[in-house]
Amino acid sequence: MTDLYLIYKNMTRKPLRLFLTCFAIFIAFLLYGAVTALKGALDSGVEMSADDRLVVVNRINFTNPLPISYVQKIRSVEGVEKVTFQNWFGGYYQDPKQQVVTFAAEPESYLDVYPELLVEPEQRQNWLRDRQGLLVGKAIAEQFGWKVGDKIPLNSNIFSHKDGGQTWDFNISGIYTGEDEQMDTRSAVFHYQYFRETNSWNTDSVGWIGLTTKDPALNEQVAKRIDEMFANSSAETDTSTEKAFNKAFIEQIGNIGLIIFGVVFMAFFTILVLVGNTMALAVRERTGEIAVLKTLGFNASRIFRMVLAESMLVTLLGGLAGLGTAYLLIEGAKAAMARFLPGLVMTPEIAVQAVGYMLALGLITGLLPAFKAMRLNLATAFARG
Amino acid sequence: MASETLYDLKAISKKFTRGKETITIFESLDLQIKKGDFVAIMGPSGSGKTTLLNMLGGVDQPSGGEILFDGKRVDNLGEGDLARWRANNIGFIFQFYNLMPMLNAARNVELPLLLTKLNKKQRNQFVETALTLVGLADRAKHMPGEMSGGQQQRVAIARAIVSDPKLILCDEPTGDLDRTTADEILEMLQILNRDHGKTIVMVTHDPRAAKYAGRTLHLDKGAFVEREAEIV
Repeated sequence: MTDLYLIYKNMTRKPLRLFLTCFAIFIAFLLYGAVTALKGALDSGVEMSADDRLVVVNRINFTNPLPISYVQKIRSVEGVEKVTFQNWFGGYYQDPKQQVVTFAAEPESYLDVYPELLVEPEQRQNWLRDRQGLLVGKAIAEQFGWKVGDKIPLNSNIFSHKDGGQTWDFNISGIYTGEDEQMDTRSAVFHYQYFRETNSWNTDSVGWIGLTTKDPALNEQVAKRIDEMFANSSAETDTSTEKAFNKAFIEQIGNIGLIIFGVVFMAFFTILVLVGNTMALAVRERTGEIAVLKTLGFNASRIFRMVLAESMLVTLLGGLAGLGTAYLLIEGAKAAMARFLPGLVMTPEIAVQAVGYMLALGLITGLLPAFKAMRLNLATAFARG
Repeated sequence: MASETLYDLKAISKKFTRGKETITIFESLDLQIKKGDFVAIMGPSGSGKTTLLNMLGGVDQPSGGEILFDGKRVDNLGEGDLARWRANNIGFIFQFYNLMPMLNAARNVELPLLLTKLNKKQRNQFVETALTLVGLADRAKHMPGEMSGGQQQRVAIARAIVSDPKLILCDEPTGDLDRTTADEILEMLQILNRDHGKTIVMVTHDPRAAKYAGRTLHLDKGAFVEREAEIV
């Protein structure tokens, strides 16, 4: 028999209470694991944004276009290195339910500004050469079974052809992958020139302009220069870092961070009260036994460690089960969610953080009962019977 | 050996404060217990029998005076030293056995040995010897809830003697038992005293129980009234 055996026997002496306590902790860490991974997936675009990349959008709203003439003007701004532009296409494949995130862009500058898109050199050349070429992400290619060389139609739910149709024909010239597992590879890019020549309206405008600066330290100055350049024009600009832009875009659906903080805080607060109360009750019920152990010669610090360890084991037991289940759920849902949340993954950082929270919760909830057990006055405890 | 003093209580006092009132349990109490003694302490309720036993066991400390154990002062030891001293020298037997309900008999007996440096095999040997001595070797795997009161008290005795302490302190060891079982327990204590040389101090209400002791002390109004008991 060891102290650990004693702790285990104490912990399991009331199985129903142990189960209910662990179940509450299980739910809290299941929630924590799942929502933190979800937040990670939503934030992955933001996290992977380059530090030296800026986005220029219409000051009114990023859905309002900018004149294409701005691209050249921005290229001449001091501190700017590379500039590209994109236009939202609003594509779908065969069925409006099969959305394909598609942009019309200037190919060469696009790949220069977004070097994290990895394309085989031969496929890159194919795409640059072919006016109807479509560069697709690995995830979307796998979803629809597309291969290089395939000819596919994409429809737009916004734009139409000059001849009235809404279907554009493309040749799959290349498939790009990402540097990182969490990178979103669900989009497709085609030549802006093709879009401009075939599109029935709005041909002299672009959705937004992306650019890199010569040094991230220049970001603020460059953004200011660009916005000042177009101040008081018919299309004023709002220039921000890509990270800020992506964050603002995600936060259109709500402050995810705040929602997650709220859920996790409520769950953890509930555990704190529940486990704290359970531990206090357990120690109070065992006053006589603790007094006997102390009488036999178990010193105060050993009693303290035993009660604290019990509390931490309970939180670890429920917490690890919850976190493990969250991991299995995420792994199970990963494939189905890949289209919407390509970065949905429980990272080791999330797991380590969760274990840290488990230990902290165990410590907080066990500290007071352990202290009370440690300070237990033997004469008083025996007098109480 | 039998004449050597194990306990020497010099002018000990015990006072409690309840609100503004100070309650004196003892005032300048002296007591000597020799090695190998079997002492019964009797007295009316509230006379301070258990308080005295607690002080002998280092569970409670006197308000004044000195307690010497084997020639060394123990009343001024810190909590950690006191715990170590208890573990090394004293075995406790309680009225309501105070066994751990989630541990079987053998594991209950093993508890004091967790405070020693004995390995698992040695601990198991000690446990087996102690349980054999109290006649419960065949009940080693039984849980307290599966045993009678007398059997539980015998497990408690095994727990008290397993680490071979010099002294066994018993607080109403037969208070929860029927007459026949009580006699068995008292005979067992007598054997431990007579054949194994254990010094025993027992608090009891029961004059018949006190007859098993070699010496009976009557505690009344903070003072001892001593008279030799007839050995059964």
